[in-house]
Amino acid sequence: MASQAKNNVIDPLIDNNPITLQVLGICSALAVTTNMTSALIMSLALTTVTAFSSACISAIRKHIPSSIRIIVQMTIIASLVIIVDQILKAYAFEASKQLSVFVGLIITNCIVLGRAEAYAMKNPPMLSFLDGIGNGLGYSLILMLVAFCRELLGAGKLFGHQVIPVASDGGWYVPNGLMLLPPSAFFVIGLLIWAVRSWKKEQVEAPDYQIHQVHRTEVL
Amino acid sequence: MARLRRFLDRIEPQFQKGGPYEKYFALYEMVDTFIYSPADVTRGSPHVRDAIDLKRVMSYVVVATFPVLLLMLWNTGFQANNAISQMGMTGLDGWRNWVMSTLGIAHDPNSVFANMFYGLLYFLPMYITTLVAGGIFEVIFAAVRNHEVNEGFLVSSMLYTLTLPPSTPLWMVALGIIFGVVLGKEVFGGTGKNFLNPALTGRAFLYFAYPAAMSGDAVWTAVDGYTGATPLALAASGGIDAVKEAGYSWSQTFLGVMPGSLGETSTLAILIGAAFLIYTRVANFRIILGVFLGMVATSLLFNLIGSDTNPMFSVPWYWHLTMGGLAFGMVFMATDPVSAAMTNKGRWIYGALIGFMAVMIRVVNPAFPEGIMLAILFGNIFAPLIDYFVVQANIKRRMKRS
Repeated sequence: MASQAKNNVIDPLIDNNPITLQVLGICSALAVTTNMTSALIMSLALTTVTAFSSACISAIRKHIPSSIRIIVQMTIIASLVIIVDQILKAYAFEASKQLSVFVGLIITNCIVLGRAEAYAMKNPPMLSFLDGIGNGLGYSLILMLVAFCRELLGAGKLFGHQVIPVASDGGWYVPNGLMLLPPSAFFVIGLLIWAVRSWKKEQVEAPDYQIHQVHRTEVL
Repeated sequence: MARLRRFLDRIEPQFQKGGPYEKYFALYEMVDTFIYSPADVTRGSPHVRDAIDLKRVMSYVVVATFPVLLLMLWNTGFQANNAISQMGMTGLDGWRNWVMSTLGIAHDPNSVFANMFYGLLYFLPMYITTLVAGGIFEVIFAAVRNHEVNEGFLVSSMLYTLTLPPSTPLWMVALGIIFGVVLGKEVFGGTGKNFLNPALTGRAFLYFAYPAAMSGDAVWTAVDGYTGATPLALAASGGIDAVKEAGYSWSQTFLGVMPGSLGETSTLAILIGAAFLIYTRVANFRIILGVFLGMVATSLLFNLIGSDTNPMFSVPWYWHLTMGGLAFGMVFMATDPVSAAMTNKGRWIYGALIGFMAVMIRVVNPAFPEGIMLAILFGNIFAPLIDYFVVQANIKRRMKRS
């Protein structure tokens, strides 16, 4: 039980990461990673929602008729998202304005519903809660890494503080404007997935087809 | 020459599988087949015997850029020298001007030699940077992924350099080609497997990453602090009248006496290159004609529609052809056999799509004065789909016949 709980939190960080392995939740990873502050708030929001929705759904899992289970899950997730959204509006208004619709869109985030369907419906509440925390943290880890690259390369800043002096203020660094546009998150996430899969070979998927390859010297 | 061959043969076992330099076989192979014809022959039958292989095809494209290269060197130098003498600048600093003054060459816009030499001082460092930076990554991937270093890179590097504004900083040049080679080509498996044109991918990266260095009015002439709009930018603000007012006649833009990216200015030189490419059948004439017809049709359509607020609507097709990079993209970029459509009918559609999109972006999108780069990348993405439909239509037609 204890090892299972630990596993639930540790496993989704790298070995079963929702973004780099399962490639879920990409939409918000593209949208909110231009600076680390909004990425952090988004990460916190998503982790909270995933953890509590998994716990709630798991608590009533035996009472949910399977034919309407998605509707029930969505209701719970949506209620939690509304709470998070209201809290953000009350205590971090500026940040919530910056995140705009993306907090509301946590409702449709594949990771939240995915964990509810795949894990919380079959497991007890405490484990489901930890599973939600783990997956939220896995998502947060990638989000923060992407935001780190994008904010640093795109504006020379971290959490809004200037770390590299940019050329327009007399520094040496010319900011890379592409990094502030959403497509750059695709590149960064792609490179991250490449790096993780070079490190953890077992994550590499079997190719759909194989081009016949020999060492060039064997052809001659 | 025989000695060189013997030397290459002698060191070859070192690079064979099991040899000490097995990992660097790609490098050996690159040098060997660049100098001599490759030794490998097709074993199975039947096969077509042809003296021209992939390596020579690629070299032909480089040869085709020579007229562009010559006029580019002159024009780059001329634009810079002209600006310098117009503004009466003296005592310019920087290593280029040091070389010029040490050799006793004045910034004289009337001297062909001074112009070409000054142009060379801009082109050469950019080209060498491209070759070295891109080449390093090309060789790394060739060694790790165990494939050849292909002459395709010579083409990509030459075309890439020619699409850049003359004042691009060298570190930017390096960054762009590395992006183009790695993310535009090598991640998909190297030459022949890239679905985008690597040279244009690199340029597009720079265009979005450093818009200040890749667009606007200050970058087209290789003189610090000199701003001069390209004819295309003039046309975007005031139509063809503004271009003529600034002193550019159509024949001038056709010959290439205007500021712009290195290789894009002279339509005449590009057309000479096109004639060579079509004659040797390296470039497919259907793509070039497709782009041309698509461009003409779209600009005629815009001429007919007309607009009171957007002067680009009334720009006739022959100006579209000579201004900006349309001709260069049409001849050298769209025809890249890897990223273009593969079927003959598909090539027409692919070309027309690029011509249409290029004029569309130029005329309708106020954010992008030049559209050919994005249009070709757009066309690249659609090329496999176009081929799929052409092949399916063919299958359907033949099924009906039987």
